[in-house]
Amino acid sequence: MLEVETYPTVGEAANAMDDQARFLGGGTLIMNRVNYGDRRFNRIVRTTDASLSEIRAEGDRLEVGAGVTMASIMASRDLEFLSSAARAVGGPAIRNMASVGGNLMAPHPYGDMAVALLALDAVVRMVRGEELSLEDFLARRNGVVRSLLIRRPQGDEFRFRKVSRVKPKGVSVMSMAAHLTRSAGRLSGVRIAYGAMAPTPVRVRAVENALEGVSLDHAGIAAALSAATEGLDPPDDPIASGWYRREVAPVHLRRLLLGEDAR
Amino acid sequence: MKSPVTFTLNGSESAVFVDSGANLLDVLRRGCGDLSPKYGCGQGSCGACTVLIDGEPHVSCLVLAETVAGRSVETTGGLASGPDLHPLQRAFIDGFAAQCGYCTPGMLMAAKALLDRNPSPTRSEVEEAISGNLCRCTGYEPIIDAILEAAKQRGAA
Ligand SMILES: Cc1cc2nc3c(=O)[nH]c(=O)nc-3n(C[C@H](O)[C@H](O)[C@H](O)COP(=O)(O)OP(=O)(O)OC[C@H]3O[C@@H](n4cnc5c(N)ncnc54)[C@H](O)[C@@H]3O)c2cc1C
Ligand code: FES
Ligand code: FES
Repeated sequence: MLEVETYPTVGEAANAMDDQARFLGGGTLIMNRVNYGDRRFNRIVRTTDASLSEIRAEGDRLEVGAGVTMASIMASRDLEFLSSAARAVGGPAIRNMASVGGNLMAPHPYGDMAVALLALDAVVRMVRGEELSLEDFLARRNGVVRSLLIRRPQGDEFRFRKVSRVKPKGVSVMSMAAHLTRSAGRLSGVRIAYGAMAPTPVRVRAVENALEGVSLDHAGIAAALSAATEGLDPPDDPIASGWYRREVAPVHLRRLLLGEDAR
Repeated sequence: MKSPVTFTLNGSESAVFVDSGANLLDVLRRGCGDLSPKYGCGQGSCGACTVLIDGEPHVSCLVLAETVAGRSVETTGGLASGPDLHPLQRAFIDGFAAQCGYCTPGMLMAAKALLDRNPSPTRSEVEEAISGNLCRCTGYEPIIDAILEAAKQRGAA
């Protein structure tokens, strides 16, 4: 039998967790499992704690509660840089429900928002106060997330692109995000992340390294495009084969980096 | 285990006992007897179960029933006032925007959320608003036209 437990604070909810429990975000993934009789969990733990849905400034960073939905991100002026990634998640009804915290845990090929946050070097703040990089969180994926701490990118240095077969709504063939930081006119300290190209959203260090010190033009990015899928073994799924993902990745990476339109 | 949940359904107070883990679609159909939202997939993909919660579209098959406590739920069942159809319902009939009709309640609610927020949407805003709703019959064009027509009628009224 499935039990639902509701706690007034996220701290109490986190204390109630065990490996038979799932912490409820918007429920778009959990309820799907419930509806189809998943027996790997028998408790749903939820909280009515409003602080989980807050977006607030903290020093030079923004703190985005784990329960903030894609629709709230799209409606937030402070988070305008994330609106293209938020819009990439499902249709309007899904976006009213899907939370940022749930997106970090979403299985392949989901996690489009996590891809954007990975490129932005977001920090994950757990309910008990521990902070860790999103990259480290994705490697272990456990514990209840309180919020994400995000530094606002400058100007047009942040880019996001989702490739899907059905528009406007469709699951990712891949998604890509780039934080194109520069120093003295050349790229420096760039971060690149992909979704649907590995079991979780990943940073692509081969591409990041190939972009160090180059100029952002066709010649400058050539080496990065050659390294587009270095070290990756993209999965096969009903949306696309791994082979296809590998073949088209350089094209989409070029469009992302140069800000070209797909059509 | 059953727990009591109280919410507003189409403007009236509604109190039901829900099974632990039940989704809102089940509770509306079986608990409240409102058969207007439809079950298509149970996984958020088809939109046939779309209802408005506090004015915003949600796929009710993925909403844990407990979470609507104290909130306002609107379904197609509450669109008409007495014998007077909502302008969207009228436009769907006049524009042959329903064939088998299974997707229609979800389409109507997605469209209502749009028009309540944006009374004169563009065609692409309409497409975006119903992008989570599948229709296997009409090819979508009559639906989009009907929503635009309803917006025009409402503007004229
Ligand atoms: C039709 C449909 C289309 C979709 N399209 C997309 C898409 O295009 N792109 C995409 O990325 N995703 C997509 N999704 C997947 C999903 O909706 C999103 O990934 C969403 O962000 C998941 O968040 P949620 O709040 O609904 O998660 P839930 O279902 O509530 O939870 C999912 C997982 O995350 C865990 N979790 C939730 N909150 C926390 C927290 N604070 N701390 C720790 N763990 C937590 C849960 O325990 C659970 O394991 C789609 C889903 C559907 C049904
Ligand atoms: S039944 Fe809810 S989206 Fe299909
Ligand atoms: S009218 Fe049949 S599914 Fe839309």
